[in-house]
Amino acid sequence: MKRIFSEFMKALYNNSFVFTTEIEPKKTVNPEGIINLARKFKNHVIACNITDNPRAHAYMNSIIASYIIQREVGLETICHMTVRDRNRLALISDVLGACALGIKNILTITGDHTTMGDNPNAMPVYDIDSTQFIYMLRKMVDEGIDLAGNKIDGEVRIHIGAVGNPNANPFEPEILKIKRKINAGVEFIQTQIVFDVERAKRFIEELKAPPPFILIGIFPCNSYRMAEFIDKKVPGISVPNEYKEVLKKANENKEKIDESNIEYFSEMIKELKKTTRASGIHIMTIKYEDIVGKIIDSVKGIC
Amino acid sequence: MIKLIITKQKPNLLKNLEKYNKIFIIGCGNCATICKTGGENEVKALAEKLGDKVIGNIVIESPCNLKFLKKDLKPFMYSNAEVIVALCCGVGVQSIVEFTNKEVIPGLDTLFLGEVGIKGRFYERCRACGTCILYETGGICPISRCAKKLLNGPCGGMVNEKCEVGNYSKDCAWILIYKRLKELGRDFEKIIEVHNWQNKPGELILGD
Repeated sequence: MKRIFSEFMKALYNNSFVFTTEIEPKKTVNPEGIINLARKFKNHVIACNITDNPRAHAYMNSIIASYIIQREVGLETICHMTVRDRNRLALISDVLGACALGIKNILTITGDHTTMGDNPNAMPVYDIDSTQFIYMLRKMVDEGIDLAGNKIDGEVRIHIGAVGNPNANPFEPEILKIKRKINAGVEFIQTQIVFDVERAKRFIEELKAPPPFILIGIFPCNSYRMAEFIDKKVPGISVPNEYKEVLKKANENKEKIDESNIEYFSEMIKELKKTTRASGIHIMTIKYEDIVGKIIDSVKGIC
Repeated sequence: MIKLIITKQKPNLLKNLEKYNKIFIIGCGNCATICKTGGENEVKALAEKLGDKVIGNIVIESPCNLKFLKKDLKPFMYSNAEVIVALCCGVGVQSIVEFTNKEVIPGLDTLFLGEVGIKGRFYERCRACGTCILYETGGICPISRCAKKLLNGPCGGMVNEKCEVGNYSKDCAWILIYKRLKELGRDFEKIIEVHNWQNKPGELILGD
C-alpha cells in the first residue's frame, strides 16, 4: 500500500490533472515578496515549487522559504534541494529539518555549477549526485535509516521528485539517466521548459515503463523580446517561430500578449491531456505571474 | 604516454617577490619542465626579470624527491637566501620546505594529474581521489572530467554534447561515457553507488 503524505501526491494518485508553479526566493531577508506571490498562486495551483539557489545564485534558503509559504499562505510547496551546496551530512540534516517544518515534497536537483553563479569561486560540493540523493531519500522514507544505515527517530514523510529535460540533445542518455532515477525510486518528474508539444510527447512516451508521474514544464513569455532571448541565449531551448510570431504581432500590448499565451498554451495543454499520460503542467514565469492563473482558468472543465 | 602533474604559472608572482632582496630559484627537471612552467628556460626568464635580487638558481631533476634534493641542492649557497621561489608542483614546494627549512614561495599553481597530448596540450585525467571507478564508467573518469563529479549520467548543463562549465567548449564526460559503454555493448542501467572519498590526512601509504 502506497503511503501518501502530501496533497500534491494525493491529487496525482487520484489521476487529477494538476498544475504547479514556481517561486524564486531572492537575495533578501524579507519574506513579503514570496508571500505575496504565493497568495496570487494559491487558488490556482495544487503546489508551488520553491527554488534552491537557482543558476548558482545565493538566495534565501528554499526550506525556510517553503516553510514560510506553507505557514503564512497555506499553499503546499515542492521544495527544491540541490546536491551542489551540501554534502551527504548536510542533505540528511536538511531533509530532517524540512520534515520537522512540515515540508512533504522535495525536488532533487543537481544544481547549475558554481562557476555560473554570483559567487563563482565557491567550491561546488557534489558529494553525491541527484540519483544517489533519490536513493538516499528512499532509504530515509521507506526504511527509516540514513545513507550509512543509521536509524532515524520518527517517520520521514517526503515525496521525491526529479527534473527531466525533454530538449536534451542527445536525447537517449538523458532518458537513460532518468531511468536510473526511476530505479532509485523517484515518484514524480517535473520537466525543463518545453515549447514544442512533440518534444514533450516524445519525452513522456520514452518513460512509459515503469511510469513516474510527469509534469511538463511551460514558460509563457511576457514579450516577443523574451521569447527571442530564450530562443537565442538559453542553451538547448528553441522557441517555435509560430509562437514568436504571435507575440510579435501582439506588439507589446499586454492584453494581446496574454491572449496569445492563453491560446498557445491552452492548446498545448489540451493536446497533452488528450494524447499522453502527462499528469499535469508546471508553469514557470519571469515577471509574468498573473498569466499562471489565466492559463489554468482557460483550460478549466477540460483538465 | 607520459602522465604528469600539470602546473601553471602563478599570477602576480613578481609583485609578491617585491619585498625580498635575496632570492634563490628552484626549478623542476621533470613535470614542470614538460609543462614549460619550471624548466631551465622558465627559471632563466624569472631570474632575468628579478635581476640582482637573485643569488642563485638551479633546476633539480625532481624537487619532489628528497634524494635528488639532497644531491643537487647541497653544494649551493641557498642558505643565504631570504626566500626560495619554487617553480614546481605543491609536492615539490613541500619537499623543499622540509629539506631547507627556508621560507618557500610557490611560483606555480598545481592543477591536476594530466595526460600529455600532442602539441603540448595537457588533459585532466585523474584527481587521485582514492577510489577508482574506471571500470564502471568504461575507462573514462567522471570524477576528474565531469565538472560536477557526477556518477550517474549527464546533468541539465549538457547541451549538444558539451558542458555548461567553460561555455560549452568542452565535451560532457557523461556523453563520452555513454558512447563508450554503448560501444562496449554494456548497459547503462545500474546505479553507481555513492563515492568513498577516502577522507584522511595525507600520509605515506606505500613503501616500507
